[in-house]
Amino acid sequence: MRLRPCGDRAVLVELADADERRRLEAALRATPLPGVLEHVPAARTVLVTVNDPTRLVGVVAALRSLTLPLTGADVATESVPDTDVLEIPVTYDGDDLPEVATHLGCDVREVVTRHTGQVWLVEFAGFAPGFGYLLGDRGGLEVPRRSTPRTRIPAGAVGLAGPWSGVYPRASPGGWQLIGRTDLEMWDTRRDPPAVLEPGRRVRFLEAGL
Amino acid sequence: MSALLVIRVGPLATVQDLGRPGHARLGVTTSGAADRSALRLANRILGNDPAAAGIEVLLGGLEVRSVGRTTVALTGAPAPLTVAGRPASPCVPLDLRDGETLSLGMPPTGLRSYLAVRGPLEVARVFGSASTDPTSGVGPPLLEPGTLLSISRVGSEQRCGVDDLAATDLAAPASPAVGDLVLRVVLGPRDDWFDPASVARFTTSAWEVTADLDRVGIRLAGPPLARSRTGELASEGVVRGSVQVPPSGQPLVFLADHPTTGGYPVIGVLADEDTDALAQVRPGGRLRFRPTRPSWT
Repeated sequence: MRLRPCGDRAVLVELADADERRRLEAALRATPLPGVLEHVPAARTVLVTVNDPTRLVGVVAALRSLTLPLTGADVATESVPDTDVLEIPVTYDGDDLPEVATHLGCDVREVVTRHTGQVWLVEFAGFAPGFGYLLGDRGGLEVPRRSTPRTRIPAGAVGLAGPWSGVYPRASPGGWQLIGRTDLEMWDTRRDPPAVLEPGRRVRFLEAGL
Repeated sequence: MSALLVIRVGPLATVQDLGRPGHARLGVTTSGAADRSALRLANRILGNDPAAAGIEVLLGGLEVRSVGRTTVALTGAPAPLTVAGRPASPCVPLDLRDGETLSLGMPPTGLRSYLAVRGPLEVARVFGSASTDPTSGVGPPLLEPGTLLSISRVGSEQRCGVDDLAATDLAAPASPAVGDLVLRVVLGPRDDWFDPASVARFTTSAWEVTADLDRVGIRLAGPPLARSRTGELASEGVVRGSVQVPPSGQPLVFLADHPTTGGYPVIGVLADEDTDALAQVRPGGRLRFRPTRPSWT
C-alpha cells in the first residue's frame, strides 16, 4: 500500500493488485475513518477524499496504521446478494465485432459465446454516472482500446476494453470496442439506486430475441 | 409566490449550488458553481444560506423577468447590469418589482457571473443538489427562454442579520487579475511518469488558457511535458483541480464537472480553493503553478 499526494483534499492509495484494493475497501467500510468524505475505488487504487483540508493529515495517519483484512470478499456483495444475477439482453451487432474477433483469433460467434457465457461483476464505477467496469469470471475477451476514440457512442452500446466490459449509460465519446447494444436503461435518477450497474452487482449478458 | 421567468440566455446559464460531493463511487461528479466563492458571496449579500442555489451565467446575455417582487444580487464576472432599463450595481441587493426585467451584458473580464435570489430558488434536487451538470445530464435542465424558477417563501431559512450585512459591506466586485494568475499545486500523484525536466517546466513555465474550456476542464498550452515511461495507466479517481497530461503533452485542468476517474497521468493537483479563480480566466490568460508540499509529508 503506497500513499500518493493528490492535492489538499485527497490522497491516492495505490495497491499491489485488485485483491488488495478490495481488502482496503473492506477495511474502510468496516471502520470508516473520521473526516473522510468518500473512497473512490478504481482498478488498483482507492482515492480517499475529505471535505476539510485540515482533516487530511489525520486521515493519512489512520490509513498508514490500517490493518487490512485477509479477504475483501464482502466488498463484492455490498448491497446485492451473491445469487442475484441481473440479466442484460444484448443485440450483438457492434461495429467493432469483426475487429475484436480478429484480435482474439476467433470468429464473431465465439465472441458472443464468450460474452454471454460468464458472470460479470461490477468492480467499480466511473467515467460517467451509471458506467460500471465489469470483470468476467472466465476472461477470454481482453482487447485494447480503439487507437482513435469515437466522438459519439449511442446510449446502450456494449463495449470491451482491456479485461473490462461496460455499457454506455448515455451518448458520449469513448474509446471502447463496441460489440452490441441493449435497450435496458442503465441510469435513471427516478430509480433508487439510479444505476443498474452499481459496484458489487453481478451480471449475465443474454443474446436478445433468443 | 414569486419567481424569475427566463426571457433570454447567453452561451450557457445553469442553476448551481455547491454541488453533490460524496457520490464519485457511482460515477457522479461533484459539480456545483465553477466559482464557488462568487456564489457564496452573492448568497451572503442576500442573507441566504451560502450554499443556496443561484444562476451561473457564462459570458452574460441573461435576461429574467420578476414575477412578483424579488430581490437578487450579482457577483463574479462583472457583467454590465440593468434593471428595468436602468444601470444597476453588482454586489448589492437589488429589488425587482413585478414585471421588471434584469438584463446582463457581456462582462469585460472574467467568464462567469452569479445571480443569487433571496428566498432562495426552489429547484428539484438530485443527490441533494440543484446543480446542473450539462455533460452527464445530472440535475435540472439548462435554462432557456420560458424557464420559470420558483422562489421559496422567505421564511425561517432567512438568515439576514446585522452581522451578515456588516461583512458584506466590505464586499467589492472581483477585480480582474493583473499579470499571470498564480495557483498553488501539489505535485503528484503521477509526477513520476514525467522526466524531471518536464516536472520542472510544469512549475516554472507560464501556461496559456486555450479556448478549449468548459465546466469539465480547461486545456492549457505551453512547453510540452514529456513522459518518462511508456504504457497505459489504469484509470483512477481524479479530483477538481487535477492537472492531467494526455499523450500530446499539453495539460488539462479539471473543474467542477470533471469525470470521476481518468486514465491519463495527473502531474499535480491545484489547491481546491484556487480552482475558483481559475474558472474565471478567459482564453489567452496566463497561469503559473507554485509548488506546495502536501500537508501530510
